[in-house]
Amino acid sequence: MKSRQILVPLAAVAIFLILWEALVLVMGWPNYKMASPSDLIPAYEKYWSLFLVMGWQTLWRTIVGLVLAVIFGVALGMVMGFSRTMRDALYPLLVGFNAVPKATVVPIVALMFVGWHDFNTVLIAFIISFFPIAVSVSIGLSTLEPEYRDILRSLGASQSQVFWKIALPKTLPEFFGALKVAVTLAFIGTNLMEIVSPHGRGLGALFDSGKTNSDYPLMFAVLIALAFLGIVLYYVVVALEKIFAGWADRTV
Amino acid sequence: MDNLINIKGVRHAYHTATGPLPVLDGLDVQVPEGGFVAVVGPSGCGKSTLTRLIAGLLIPDEGTVQVHGSRITGPRSNVGMAFQNPVLLEWRTILENVMLPLEIVPTKLSKAEGQARARKLLALVGLEGFEAKRPSELSGGMKQRASLCRALIHKPEVLILDEPFGALDAFTREDLWQTMHKVKAEEPFTGVLITHDLRESIFLADQVVVLSGRPARTQFVMDIPGTGLRTLDDLYTPVAAERLNVLRHQIEVAQGRVPAAAVGPDLPEGPGRPANETVTGPLS
Ligand SMILES: Nc1ncnc2c1ncn2[C@@H]1O[C@H](COP(=O)(O)OP(=O)(O)OP(=O)(O)O)[C@@H](O)[C@H]1O
Ligand SMILES: [Mg+2]
Repeated sequence: MKSRQILVPLAAVAIFLILWEALVLVMGWPNYKMASPSDLIPAYEKYWSLFLVMGWQTLWRTIVGLVLAVIFGVALGMVMGFSRTMRDALYPLLVGFNAVPKATVVPIVALMFVGWHDFNTVLIAFIISFFPIAVSVSIGLSTLEPEYRDILRSLGASQSQVFWKIALPKTLPEFFGALKVAVTLAFIGTNLMEIVSPHGRGLGALFDSGKTNSDYPLMFAVLIALAFLGIVLYYVVVALEKIFAGWADRTV
Repeated sequence: MDNLINIKGVRHAYHTATGPLPVLDGLDVQVPEGGFVAVVGPSGCGKSTLTRLIAGLLIPDEGTVQVHGSRITGPRSNVGMAFQNPVLLEWRTILENVMLPLEIVPTKLSKAEGQARARKLLALVGLEGFEAKRPSELSGGMKQRASLCRALIHKPEVLILDEPFGALDAFTREDLWQTMHKVKAEEPFTGVLITHDLRESIFLADQVVVLSGRPARTQFVMDIPGTGLRTLDDLYTPVAAERLNVLRHQIEVAQGRVPAAAVGPDLPEGPGRPANETVTGPLS
């Protein structure tokens, strides 16, 4: 059972790589049109230390942005979840904010805080990812059936007891659903900023330098590295979800 | 007159987007210590509102709600509630669910004593062996039993049941009625039961209060003598049939489907009485 859970995804990845290699071979594409997996190995060999440094840059900035998004998103969600007035006031604002394509915000922020590259990147990762968290928490709290609240309130429980004992745990499944979306979004945000910023760092900047130097295998190698990091982050969230909201999984 | 719960002349309106919605108007209910009063009335007439008043979750616009002679101004820890929706917490085991109130109310019980009491209650309602299960692993009737245990764990003075068996099938419901009698014998409580099942009301309660349509006032009160264990056979006696008839008529009046006088004279000498005649003498 356990080994199957590991082997099956690995086999899927292997088959994917083989099909990719075969496709490039059969079509006879040059590597500036589409690099093949075998082109990537030299790229990793050549730049492995850069990949480690840049990968770490991307990773920590994404995580910091995400942590801020969780803190702010949960707080905002609580305010909107418990107060109808705040919900009515903030919702249109939030939706409008979220509707703005983030690709247009990136250059603005890059200019606004020019030179503060870490700050810029974390900020974009945060801006782009708090929305789903805030919405899920506010919906989870505002749709709490009144009976759940009454069970505790009738015993003289305080609002905060209701929150910690019932509202928060009950919202966790929705929260983790949103966090999975937020992880991917934060990652996109980090990369956009790294690519757009002059003198950027991180995997996005590495991608950009590949473009500038017409090093196409490097660009593809960065894409794969990004995919790998994305998968790792996603499964970290899945593991956290198993620990904190595993009870919500009813599939046997 | 030693009434544990004393509701007098209560008026209440909800404030809605379309203006105030009067829900209760002239509500009188008395429950003596150890008494069990069933409240019936048309749908939406304000029965759940009444339970929220007794629990202190709502303060009436006018009139008084007293428990033990003191006026209720907010929630106190000495009530237990169970609803049609069992609202068990899925992230807790059944045992932990039952023990939830002990984490809120001040209690002299140690953790181990609380656990022992929870196990005893679960055994009493026939849930022995289910302590470690999750709510989703229980049937609807079992969830209601667990919810009942949770309402009783902290030995509340007042047990408030709002249509607790409303969503169950007829057989399960009758099972639970008998469980209720057992529980009442072992763990005496003062109770208010909201129900839409007249048979349930005369089987469980020692007084049935009929509320009028919204805004609700106390329309009719019927005493059911002979408390203690009843059997389902008791529901098929002529006396029971007559009581059900009277109550059914009262409900129809409350729904506005028949005027009070139209069928009234044809009824046999009933055991009930209009509310405004003897509001202060609940149990004979
Ligand atoms: N919080 C609220 N705000 C506004 N109106 C409410 C609120 N709660 C209940 N009402 C209204 O008050 C009336 C009485 O509600 P209540 O829940 O007390 O009725 P009920 O007798 O318990 O009904 P049912 O038999 O369907 O359970 C209903 O018309 C309902 O729509
Ligand atoms: Mg109701």
